[in-house]
Amino acid sequence: MMFVPGNNPGMMADAHIYGPDSIMLDLEDSVTMAEKDAARLLVYNALKSIDYGSTEMVVRINPLSTPYGRKDVEAVVKAGVDVVRMPKTETADEVRELEAEILKVEEEIGCPGRTQIMAAIESALGVVNAYEIATASKRMMGIALGAEDYSANLKTQRTPGGAELLLARETIVVAARAAGIACFDTVYSNLDDMDTFRAEVQLIKTLGFDGKSIINPRQIEVVNEVFTPTEKEILKARTIIAAIRDAQAKGSGVVSVNGKMVDRPVVIRAERTIALAVAAGIIDKEEMI
Amino acid sequence: MELKNAVAGTLESGDIMIQIGPAAQGLSIELDSSVEAQFGRQIRSLIAETLQGLGIEKAQVKAVDKGALDCTIRARVTAAAVRATGKDVWKD
Amino acid sequence: MRNSKLSSLEEAIRRSGLRDGMTISFHHHFRGGDKVVNMVVDKLAQMGFKDLKLAASSLSDVHAPLIEHIKNGVITGISTSGLRGELANAISHGLMAEPVVFRSHGGRGSAIASGELHIDVAFLGASSSDELGNACGFSRSENAKSICGSLGYALPDARYADHVVVITDDLVAYPNMPMSISAADVESVVVVDSVGDSSKISAGAIRDSKNPRDILLAKQAAKVVINSGLFEDGFSIQTGTGGASLAVVKYIRESMLQKGIKASFALGGITAHMVKLHEEGLIGKLIDVQSFDKVAAESIKNDPFHQEVSAVEYASGMHKGSAVHALDIVILSALEVDVDFNVNVLVGSDGIIRGAIGGHQDTAADSALSIIVCPLLRGRIPCIVPKVTTLITPGSTIDVVVTEYGIAVNPGRPEVAERLRLAGLKVVDIHDLAAKATSIIGTPDPLPFGDRVVGIVMNRDGSVLDKIHIIR
Repeated sequence: MMFVPGNNPGMMADAHIYGPDSIMLDLEDSVTMAEKDAARLLVYNALKSIDYGSTEMVVRINPLSTPYGRKDVEAVVKAGVDVVRMPKTETADEVRELEAEILKVEEEIGCPGRTQIMAAIESALGVVNAYEIATASKRMMGIALGAEDYSANLKTQRTPGGAELLLARETIVVAARAAGIACFDTVYSNLDDMDTFRAEVQLIKTLGFDGKSIINPRQIEVVNEVFTPTEKEILKARTIIAAIRDAQAKGSGVVSVNGKMVDRPVVIRAERTIALAVAAGIIDKEEMI
Repeated sequence: MELKNAVAGTLESGDIMIQIGPAAQGLSIELDSSVEAQFGRQIRSLIAETLQGLGIEKAQVKAVDKGALDCTIRARVTAAAVRATGKDVWKD
Repeated sequence: MRNSKLSSLEEAIRRSGLRDGMTISFHHHFRGGDKVVNMVVDKLAQMGFKDLKLAASSLSDVHAPLIEHIKNGVITGISTSGLRGELANAISHGLMAEPVVFRSHGGRGSAIASGELHIDVAFLGASSSDELGNACGFSRSENAKSICGSLGYALPDARYADHVVVITDDLVAYPNMPMSISAADVESVVVVDSVGDSSKISAGAIRDSKNPRDILLAKQAAKVVINSGLFEDGFSIQTGTGGASLAVVKYIRESMLQKGIKASFALGGITAHMVKLHEEGLIGKLIDVQSFDKVAAESIKNDPFHQEVSAVEYASGMHKGSAVHALDIVILSALEVDVDFNVNVLVGSDGIIRGAIGGHQDTAADSALSIIVCPLLRGRIPCIVPKVTTLITPGSTIDVVVTEYGIAVNPGRPEVAERLRLAGLKVVDIHDLAAKATSIIGTPDPLPFGDRVVGIVMNRDGSVLDKIHIIR
């Protein structure tokens, strides 16, 4: 998920050419108070006019408690955004409030239920309430960590190893998995330190995150490299999937590879590996059908 | 509609800066564009069309364009108009 | 010294027998830092010459003072590889009665060698010379004031001009050897304070681009090279300047190291990047017609396997031994590419001249694979278009066009398209790219061209390819 400032038309025009899975146009922290109105109009017009192809479009709105939040919702829902990202989410009630606001606009334009919600968790209270937030709405597609505000809230600061974020990261992954939705890690801002960035991406992949938030196209390649399965992993996954088909063809409920029985989690992991490889464009979807 | 002086947009590449102010009559548009030869005519008519769509018939507009796309021009003209009129003329 | 050819500039001009209506020539190895053209033409104007034809290997922003000399009738004809800045702008708007003749570097070399472009007096700047005219683009003395490296574009002039004046800012003891320009070809040697500002030869082009679009384009172009079928031990390569094509070298290098592949030579304008690969042992030899930065210029001075060549040896289409005939892969940039793969590198999409043919036609025609790296859009300016503003390099010689929206392959090269597709690259129809550009930016209005011809674009074989009309 690539963050793009909502008041920068040059960057908004071609953010998708770098191939991020999703683009988050930002109306919140990257836009000054004096420019909130102009950025909202810019994002609205960009969403309506620019062909972002299959890229998932997310807009981070201002909190509903500010004078801008509701106007943001109106504009982006009318423009047909895929996902509204709610910043600084702390309770399930806030999510329901946003849901109601979205539904109001959707009904006005005659397409109720179109818009999904993503909640950014950026405080201790938000982390404590992670599961309630994750299950607060049927529209909730994922939760994300916002580490800058969170570490400030904890009265600490960010470190290269990310020890201060460990509990929040694990809590968010667990909450997302329990709720059956996606989870995304926070941004890493030092563009010149690709090694630390890579280590962080490896860490969050190990923790179970589905993706990483990025602030520059240069970071995409690293994320893709870390998340893309290796040839060996793909080969193993293919063998397992072939074994499943074999078992299905025989009408057998037991799947075995090289004489060893394969557990259900292994099958799920194999399917996930193939899905990632397809998403990364290294194997063809048709091949696997 | 009563207009104050207002401005929206930046001089960054891909953006357009719109200055708008009151005029006794008609719409005057002064455009300085990096793509004048290819798109000057179209940009002027888009600015006029956007303002008229917002009900603004009398205004003086100064625009400095750095290769903005139509959607950006529309957004910046609208933002300038909202600021100049003090009314949220934004419509879907 | 006996037989010294030293003289003042004025004396050298007098001695040359130059008369009104004759052709004078210059090289552009100092690029944006050149001081010779303006110095000499100022002197010629002062001495009262009129109606001179200026045959430069190229002209750039620094040559704006020529505008006055054109207005005053001192210069009435120009032939060059390119024009930029105020001079280009003025000529595009009709400054000259006689159209400017544009030739590629190889085309100019051929035209000089064949006599089609006859030079009466060549004024050739050099960073060192002895009193007899053995001259180089660098100096081995402690008093070196400038450095431009290769003098490749000056060598045809030195060899074929009727009269040659070497202009230097570092007079060194005889013999200044090994030399680029031989005393045998030189009639006069003039010493001046400065022939050029070496800090401007690279025009900032060697910086590693951090522009994400350039990086994206460079990575895609590197993938094209690596999967082209030509990327094997002993391959050869040339790249142009500009962020994207320079960055390509960086990504190809990684793959060369990984796969243990070495190049036999790199050709053309040589950059610090190429020198680095050469010094690492990844490129055997450097064939250098023009040094694009100080690192390259120093290297040609010190490294015996970094060889200077003339424009004829580099890129002549007439001479079958020229280096482009041995070139595997060339990576070039473009202002515009059209749906027939025709390329424009000379005239901006506002109709104003703002570039140079350089070696574009030559390398595209004679290399085994020509790759254009070009964004679909520059701001609101489309680069993949239905028809180029001006035809510079014919589409029949262009094989692959790399954009951020996909890679187009000339239908004449289906085997290349197939290889790239198999490698997982996004191969698209060039018509779809042009349509994509239109869908994003709209259709530009036609340019306000007039009837008068201000420029003639020559193909490298001496035929006329296109005409540039006056812009209003």
